[in-house]
Amino acid sequence: MSESNTVVAVSGLRKEFVVYKKTGRLKREKTVVAAVDGVDLRIERGEMLGYIGPNGAGKSTTLKMLTGILTPSAGEVRVCGLEPVPRRIALTRRIGVVFGQRSVLWWDLPLRESFDLLRHVFRVPADEHAARLRRCREMLDLDEFADTPVRQLSLGQRMRGELTAALLHGPEILFLDEPTIGLDVVSKQAVRSFLAETARRGDTTIVLTTHDLADIERLCKRLVVIDHGHVVHDGTLDALHHRYGSRRQVVVDLEDPWSGDLDLGGAVGEIDGEDPRRVTFSLTNGASTAGELVARLATTVGLRDVSIVEPDIEDVIARLYATAR
Amino acid sequence: MGAALARAGFRRYSTYRQATLAGLSTNIVFGMLRMYVLVAAGAAAGGVMAGYTVPQLGTYIWVGQGLLATILMWGWTELSDRVRSGDVVADLLRPVNPVWTYLATDLGRAGHAALIRLLVPVLFGALFFPFYWPREPLSYPLFGVSLVLAVLLCFACRYLVNLTAFWLLDIRGVVSLWMAAAGVLSGLYFPLAFLPGWLAAILQYGTPFPSLMQFPTDVAVERGGLAGQLERIGVQVAWTAVMYAVVFYVQRRAMRKLVIQGG
Repeated sequence: MSESNTVVAVSGLRKEFVVYKKTGRLKREKTVVAAVDGVDLRIERGEMLGYIGPNGAGKSTTLKMLTGILTPSAGEVRVCGLEPVPRRIALTRRIGVVFGQRSVLWWDLPLRESFDLLRHVFRVPADEHAARLRRCREMLDLDEFADTPVRQLSLGQRMRGELTAALLHGPEILFLDEPTIGLDVVSKQAVRSFLAETARRGDTTIVLTTHDLADIERLCKRLVVIDHGHVVHDGTLDALHHRYGSRRQVVVDLEDPWSGDLDLGGAVGEIDGEDPRRVTFSLTNGASTAGELVARLATTVGLRDVSIVEPDIEDVIARLYATAR
Repeated sequence: MGAALARAGFRRYSTYRQATLAGLSTNIVFGMLRMYVLVAAGAAAGGVMAGYTVPQLGTYIWVGQGLLATILMWGWTELSDRVRSGDVVADLLRPVNPVWTYLATDLGRAGHAALIRLLVPVLFGALFFPFYWPREPLSYPLFGVSLVLAVLLCFACRYLVNLTAFWLLDIRGVVSLWMAAAGVLSGLYFPLAFLPGWLAAILQYGTPFPSLMQFPTDVAVERGGLAGQLERIGVQVAWTAVMYAVVFYVQRRAMRKLVIQGG
């Protein structure tokens, strides 16, 4: 891959924080905690990458170092070919940032005016600004609340405004820190479709942190999992499930109580709860597929209802910690 | 960019009509109280106090009441609030030094305040109380210059007070200190000429406070004639330059602290 296609290049990235612990009336002990501890990462143009991990894993710290608002303790960082902290001002024109819990909009001005101000702050040519805004307005339904002061917007509306604000100067890469946090289902879907569409156009690289399984499944082809400051996985979601043996589950409601003596090609049934007719099968890798299992059940015992439970990302992460330690 | 932000600042404040009205009536009521006290003192002193005639004291008070809101001496904690909440990172994600964006917005605010909060108390005072209108036509533009300098300087002082939030997080103590110092030392409560000459001189040249209020009002009442007006404006310019140098320096330190230690 040529250098010009690499949007983010990170090697040996490390961030230490000093934490003071009180040990006596006046004494305190100084400990150094590494929030990010030797992260290597390369992101190519047009990628959509999910950066996940539990609270305190180092996700936001990494994003802050990539966006130039935190100086790394050690390691190399290049975003759009620039070193973020020393070149912060130049970098701001080339990146877009949404922090789910922060706002870049003007609190007491209508959304429309915030967008107009951003055009001036970033010195975007009027026609480019108008074209980008038009696209966002259509896709995110901004018109119904464009004249409402930002302080009166609902969280979902505000987040749609934040996304627009982050894109109006045409960034090469968009950093999103938990963009769907606290949103209702409809707003989450609006945000996701918008991001998926933005990614599909291919000219904007997207890096997203989230705790939301659906965000990851819907959006991220590539997944980087970080824990205790280390990258513990870098690959697709499937590869992650495969590696940590997470299983899809088939939950069936049978006509008769489950006896457990059927040969179902390796799938093991378990009754959970009170009802002996409700059985949960875990599909292990290499065993029969959900289709085969359901077909076999339908021919051998009466089947009333079927549902397939996808493995939970939190479950996957939980497994991952167990192996990482 | 500056003009757009200033327009936004103007609009932001013009939407809060009730607050403007409430602030305006408070200004006027306090102006009347100050007026009666100083007029009584002026009359007791035989009509002239420390070189101010009673109409000049009237102008001093009403222009001062208007200045209070125009320079916004008290009650601006927007930056420190953003530091405390962490929203300040949004300011770092823009291709402009935050000093300029906040200043541009503040100039818009000041423009709105000058139209309502300065003009109305001055007209009120001129209508109902002894009032000294500047004799020289040049005094009006000079007052304008002095006013703009006071706004710029006051913004720098407030911004500096707010910057301490990067170290202290809670700046209530610093704000109280600033409020007390600015109130007494700027000449808001009484003209600094009432003080012994040496003390007034130290304050006027050695601190930025008189440049906020004493000097613009002195320019309005034509104290010391043209030479006095120009001297005061000169001191204002000097203090404004000094304070902005300090603001940029402290902000660089604050940013370094932020980007190294984290929010």
